[in-house]
Amino acid sequence: MTFDKTHKQAVSEWEALQSSNKPRLLVGAGTCGSAAGALDVLKAINEELERQSIEAIVIQVGCMGLCFAEPMVGVVKPGRPQIIYGNLTPEIATQLVKDYLMADNPRADLALGCAGDGRVDGIPNLFELSVLKPQVRVVLHNCGFIDPENINHYIANGGYSGLVKALKMAPEAIIEEIKKSGLRGRGGAGFPTGQKWDFCRKAPGKEKYIICNADEGDPGAFMNRSLLEGDPHSVLEGMAIGAYTIGANQGYIYCRAEYPLALERLRLALQQMETYGFIGGNILGSGFDFHIKIKEGAGAFVCGEETALMASIEGKRGMPRSRPPFPAISGLWGKPTNINNVETWADAARILQKGSEWYAHYGSEKSKGTKTFALVGKVERTGLIEVPLGITLRQIIYEIGGGILEGKEFKAIQTGGPSGGCLPLSMLDSPVDYESLTAAGSIMGSGGMIVADEDTCMVDLTKYFLTFTQAESCGKCPPCRVGTRQMLGILDSITRGEGKPGDIEQLERIATTVKQGSLCGLGQTAPNPVLTTIRYFRNEYETHINEKRCPALVCKSLISFYILPDKCQGCMICLRNCPTEAIVGGKRLVHVIDQDKCIKCGTCVDVCPPRFAAIAKVSGEQIEVPQQPVPIKPSA
Amino acid sequence: MAFFAKLQLWLFKSVERHVSDELAKIVAEYKGEKGALIPILQKVQEKFGYLPEEAISEIAKSSRISESEVFGVASFYAQFYFTRRGQHTVKVCLGTACHVRGGEKILDEIKRELNVESGGTTEDYKFSLERVACFGSCALAPVLVINKDVYGRMTVAKAKETLKEYR
Repeated sequence: MTFDKTHKQAVSEWEALQSSNKPRLLVGAGTCGSAAGALDVLKAINEELERQSIEAIVIQVGCMGLCFAEPMVGVVKPGRPQIIYGNLTPEIATQLVKDYLMADNPRADLALGCAGDGRVDGIPNLFELSVLKPQVRVVLHNCGFIDPENINHYIANGGYSGLVKALKMAPEAIIEEIKKSGLRGRGGAGFPTGQKWDFCRKAPGKEKYIICNADEGDPGAFMNRSLLEGDPHSVLEGMAIGAYTIGANQGYIYCRAEYPLALERLRLALQQMETYGFIGGNILGSGFDFHIKIKEGAGAFVCGEETALMASIEGKRGMPRSRPPFPAISGLWGKPTNINNVETWADAARILQKGSEWYAHYGSEKSKGTKTFALVGKVERTGLIEVPLGITLRQIIYEIGGGILEGKEFKAIQTGGPSGGCLPLSMLDSPVDYESLTAAGSIMGSGGMIVADEDTCMVDLTKYFLTFTQAESCGKCPPCRVGTRQMLGILDSITRGEGKPGDIEQLERIATTVKQGSLCGLGQTAPNPVLTTIRYFRNEYETHINEKRCPALVCKSLISFYILPDKCQGCMICLRNCPTEAIVGGKRLVHVIDQDKCIKCGTCVDVCPPRFAAIAKVSGEQIEVPQQPVPIKPSA
Repeated sequence: MAFFAKLQLWLFKSVERHVSDELAKIVAEYKGEKGALIPILQKVQEKFGYLPEEAISEIAKSSRISESEVFGVASFYAQFYFTRRGQHTVKVCLGTACHVRGGEKILDEIKRELNVESGGTTEDYKFSLERVACFGSCALAPVLVINKDVYGRMTVAKAKETLKEYR
């Protein structure tokens, strides 16, 4: 079948769905939607539809990115725009079916917004909401709106037209197109993609490979997972275009095993591509052959590094090697190899579909296009976002993210995962692009953005990152193997209140050595959290070292809990919940914490009724409390 | 006595035969494929729940690589286990988002509840406990995963409740 025919069929299927006289319900059931309870909501909806004998079309879609409002359902009644409802429970969803589908009350009180043509009274346009307004959906345009398991939905929305166009172009012209778009590697390093493809294309050798790096290991990042779950074909189309351009007949997707749904969707998408002739021998009659194999990662963070990843595909220990030779010359099995991140491949597909000019008009001078970020941590609206590069951090946190959770004070934003850095308030107005973030001591990274508030201890957060990189260091080169351990040791002693004068300087010295001396990206960037926190939050280190105090009240060795005698009502709730039986007291007796038994888990603070708020958490001070339980004072 | 010893030996041999039959099947699937060692190890673990010692030597023999190389690869990756695992695997996410939102507290509580350290298995082989670097469900931090079920927006109390469902 020619692509025109395939396309026509897909469009007519899509249009039939859009103009169907049955109501449609789109349930966001990605991994995070499911974790929030989307499957229970789905079940409740199906049961209610059956009970009421309503004929409706229920589709599971990927993540729209508004994770804070999960579980979400979009409802389309014939001739109406789609209304998106958030924070559903099975009970609310059941009620919604009754109210909107049966009684035609769109329940504006439950709706987040509506999408598509037309408006519904009292419900705002979804894309005009402050969480979505600054966003530009280039790679995520399908996520949450199409059925990721139906290739026709993808084709009807412009999918595979990029591949069809590419197969009629000379490879050099495609490279020119990618270069003109200004696309840079979305895995974090930001190398120009067109140039990278060009190197590999020009490398001598007949047998070449391309690889999609889906080993998204940065803690706090899930952009690639969402894209693979919500629109797997976009990544695969990009890979086919890249393979044709470079002259590779075999591609690999290296995806972490922690993403079972993404893997399942990829496998299904590959089968569909084969049926449609978008992969395999003689693709769409072009004479070009291309095959893709999926390799499941086995749980090693360092395998996100390209040379380590290739060693892992070869069935070896995933250890990096020194470069040159670069993979473009000698990569997988010693052959020229081009490796790009999930998002880069999807971007390439969009560029071929819509043209380089369209893509390049988004973004800033040196960083073109858009980038997806996982906005998480202490921010009101967590989620997956896609923004034009050049946007400021402030816009991301306050407009899209809706500010800090519970109205607390912003302290830092961590970008780039364990390889990145922590940026303070003073940097919030700097633009998000490769150059600005590097100048600030952090990196763009693959796109994790973790917001920290006043309750986050920066020394503890740094220790957290070093614990991670130290454990994940493969041990091949000494600067990384020994250096991360030494830095972690110093950080650990500082958080235990055993820091010494000179520790900060020692940390800086080791960090610089590790940065300069390490073999691969993991070691070269592992000191970034240390260096940026010392640069921007030195006072927190000094307070820990000199005053043996943790200002954010996080470091367990430096904090204590006390029960305030004038507030305790002797209700025994904390006493019963204390896991180490460190609280003594009795009914109507002021409780007392045995400081030797207390493990500082904070359970008592969590369970003490807010109207009493009798437990104080302090650092570096002692509160005078009775040694033994005493009767509570009668309230005046 | 002699009878029981014989029976034991026979049982042991039949278990061994079973392991080696299963292994032969898995290895045969990947015959001629380059770089198949990791997928083979993954399949074997899927079958047995961990990598038994006999499996390592069998894989080495049939793939014609040294036992030390097989073990070297297997021990490099966090996914592979060399001891029997519990019926349910409890994974507490300690990704950055979970860390800043209190994942450590959840882990501490579960350690106390199950009376097992992370990486360990309870004496009755009911639960294995693990700390994991990130599940990619960060917007719902802190996250707890039991077997394949992901539980988001956890609190210490919710974690305890969730755990009860698997007891």
